[in-house]
Amino acid sequence: MKKYISSTINHFILSIGLLIMIVPIWIIFASSTHSSLFINTNGLQFFLGDNFIENYSRVLFKQSGFFNEITALKMFFNSFVMATGIATLSVITSLMAAYGLVYFKVKYATIIFWLIFITLLVPLELRIMPSYIVMSKLNLVNTFAGLILPISASAIATFFFRQFYKSIPDELLEAAKLDGTNSLRFFLDFLIPLSKTMIAAVFIFMFVFGYNQYLWPLIMTTSEQYWTVVMGLKTMYGSISDRFAFVIMSMIPPIIIIIFLQKLFIQGIFQNK
Amino acid sequence: MKKVQFKSNYSQYFFLAPQLLILLIFLYWPIIQTFKDAFTMQDAFGFGSQFAGFDNFLFIFSDPSYFTAFKFTIIYSFVITLITGSIGLLLAVQANKVMHGKSAYKTLLIWPYAIAPAVVGVMANYFFSERYGLLHHLFNNLWGFNWYENVFDAYIYVIIAGSWKQISANFIFFLAGLQAIQKTVIEASIIDCKSNIRRFWTITFPLLMPTTFFLIIINITYAFFDTFGIIDTTTIGAPGSETKTLVYKAYIDGFKGLDLGSAGAQSIMMMIIVLVITIFQFRYIEGKIHYN
Repeated sequence: MKKYISSTINHFILSIGLLIMIVPIWIIFASSTHSSLFINTNGLQFFLGDNFIENYSRVLFKQSGFFNEITALKMFFNSFVMATGIATLSVITSLMAAYGLVYFKVKYATIIFWLIFITLLVPLELRIMPSYIVMSKLNLVNTFAGLILPISASAIATFFFRQFYKSIPDELLEAAKLDGTNSLRFFLDFLIPLSKTMIAAVFIFMFVFGYNQYLWPLIMTTSEQYWTVVMGLKTMYGSISDRFAFVIMSMIPPIIIIIFLQKLFIQGIFQNK
Repeated sequence: MKKVQFKSNYSQYFFLAPQLLILLIFLYWPIIQTFKDAFTMQDAFGFGSQFAGFDNFLFIFSDPSYFTAFKFTIIYSFVITLITGSIGLLLAVQANKVMHGKSAYKTLLIWPYAIAPAVVGVMANYFFSERYGLLHHLFNNLWGFNWYENVFDAYIYVIIAGSWKQISANFIFFLAGLQAIQKTVIEASIIDCKSNIRRFWTITFPLLMPTTFFLIIINITYAFFDTFGIIDTTTIGAPGSETKTLVYKAYIDGFKGLDLGSAGAQSIMMMIIVLVITIFQFRYIEGKIHYN
């Protein structure tokens, strides 16, 4: 009996937690299925309306933005290109850099180590204005390269991979060396297959990180053709129910990724700690 | 580093080169520019600039709005860490106890973690708008809520918006921390200590210290940097400059006010703060704590 009561309390507290997390999103979702007129007269809604298809297809396919030059669909495309680019580039460069640091005797190793890891101290937010000036000198404003490169310039992933490599037993390299494996083959045939979980976890992390960027696209894209979803949200014009619908759609990609890949993601985080 | 390594004259540089190249162009170049800006003074028309020594730093220290931003950032980090940490821990402890539905709770509590701060801010904007806002109406009926005039009300607005999604992150890490504690330790402690609550504070919580410490740093970093999107979509720093974080102020002064010198000096001050935080972080991750 006592056990039963305590388990009921547990479920009760957890349900309150769930409500805090879900109700705000539900209200915005329910409101996004009503017409703007209805929202403007009656406020936010708890129950579904019947304008779902109408509102969502209008947002996806209608030209909007400041000068009516871009659809939400195009913004999703831009966000995907940006997030995939950031994730791919940082996974590849970090895998390689961590390998160079851990498995080689490097001259001036300490200097290179600090050159890479001191960058963790300087998030993009701290160098936003000079970064913009550098990008305009390189003619990269309003390009995908301009959206991707400065955000991939991060040592976070290198740090994760370095920790992971260090946890791999030395015997693996000894055995490979006895077989006469060279450094490139060892990297491609042994380390990369071993790091699969880590690679997936870092990729997911960097993808969501890239997709969720707000300030950098805001500054880097003066042309609407390069607007991304998260920055477009604030700048986009449209009726209130259109904006609700766009808010809901903007959350879907990262949420799907986290839910389906949560095991991998959590495993990846904890392999490292 | 490894005891066994490859010996080579140049292949390590092949592996290091791509990252170093990207860092040099897209990170070091802007950073050097930041330092240059911080120590030069530009005239108001942008025609010339001259070396200014520490004038930009003296200027921000004599600027009351810098201290307002400093004060707000400290309060904001502290409150967010406290709120999200305690709710996250409370939920994680419950989720760790239940027999049924553990993974369902986990899945449903984990996903706000993935939502962008700017999106959370836009949502919060609706809940606090005078026209549609449920929370606005609720608080207004309780004490006459008015965030664009009342500092306290604005604090409530940005704290709720800033904490909501971060509860998820705290929950995930606390739950993983709890699951890493060995069953035998808990079973042994049950024999010695019958009271659930006392057992939690004397056995479980000390064992969670590494996770707690890690999360404090994560939450502080979040409150410093990631909340930019939240502030920019909710109060925009209003009333006055009361809800500007240090990062947000540096952005406004640099990008909107075009005062590169002041923005550069502010960035360098932030780097020093981050340096201190990171030293703690490094010492923590690099050395002492093991989960297995």
